[in-house]
Amino acid sequence: MRVTAVFFAVYRELAGAEALEVELVPGATVRQLVETLRARPGGDKLPDSPAVAVNQEYAPLDTVLSEGDEVALIPPVAGG
Amino acid sequence: MYCAVTRDPIDATALLARVRHDSDGAIVLFSGVVRDHAEGRAVSRLTYEAYEAMAVAGLERICEQVREEFEIGDVAVVHRIGELNVGEASVAIAVAAPHREAAYAASRQVIERLKKEVPIWKRERYTDGDEAWLEGTVPPSGM
Repeated sequence: MRVTAVFFAVYRELAGAEALEVELVPGATVRQLVETLRARPGGDKLPDSPAVAVNQEYAPLDTVLSEGDEVALIPPVAGG
Repeated sequence: MYCAVTRDPIDATALLARVRHDSDGAIVLFSGVVRDHAEGRAVSRLTYEAYEAMAVAGLERICEQVREEFEIGDVAVVHRIGELNVGEASVAIAVAAPHREAAYAASRQVIERLKKEVPIWKRERYTDGDEAWLEGTVPPSGM
């Protein structure tokens, strides 16, 4: 299945991309997605346990993903 | 209720007008503005970035919960993104209520939660030309 990983702020710079399509085995979790992203060349600069949002809702790393999900890696927030 | 992320300068007067009703005796306006220093370094400019759809949804959730918790009439919040100079407003929160206590308390809650939960980031540019993403707060996951 394919999901879209999206990156913001410092994670966008570390990932070198705003968004990446990632192929995962069916039933994969957010944690497996993060491991896949970190296995890319240079991807190990991303943290191993980032905050994430699945389809724009904060979600734990053990969340099971579905085809077409949008998974955002959320750096520590600093609005205001 | 009005929650928005905008690239345009914030019009605080318009925000006050959005929340005011004849039953309200108090309106509190909080405005966050870009200051000229951060941890001893001189700041010349800030750049804000947001995960826009999620940020608006997060602001809406905060405002809905604040309306349930406090005796207020209406609440509006706008966060600006893009490049801001020193003195420009990055965020404005307007709360109208029959009485001031609830308006102050609700306003405070909106800004405190915004800073901890809403996916917005800021990059500081210093007068020496250096730039850095501001260290933020890890948002609660699984909300």
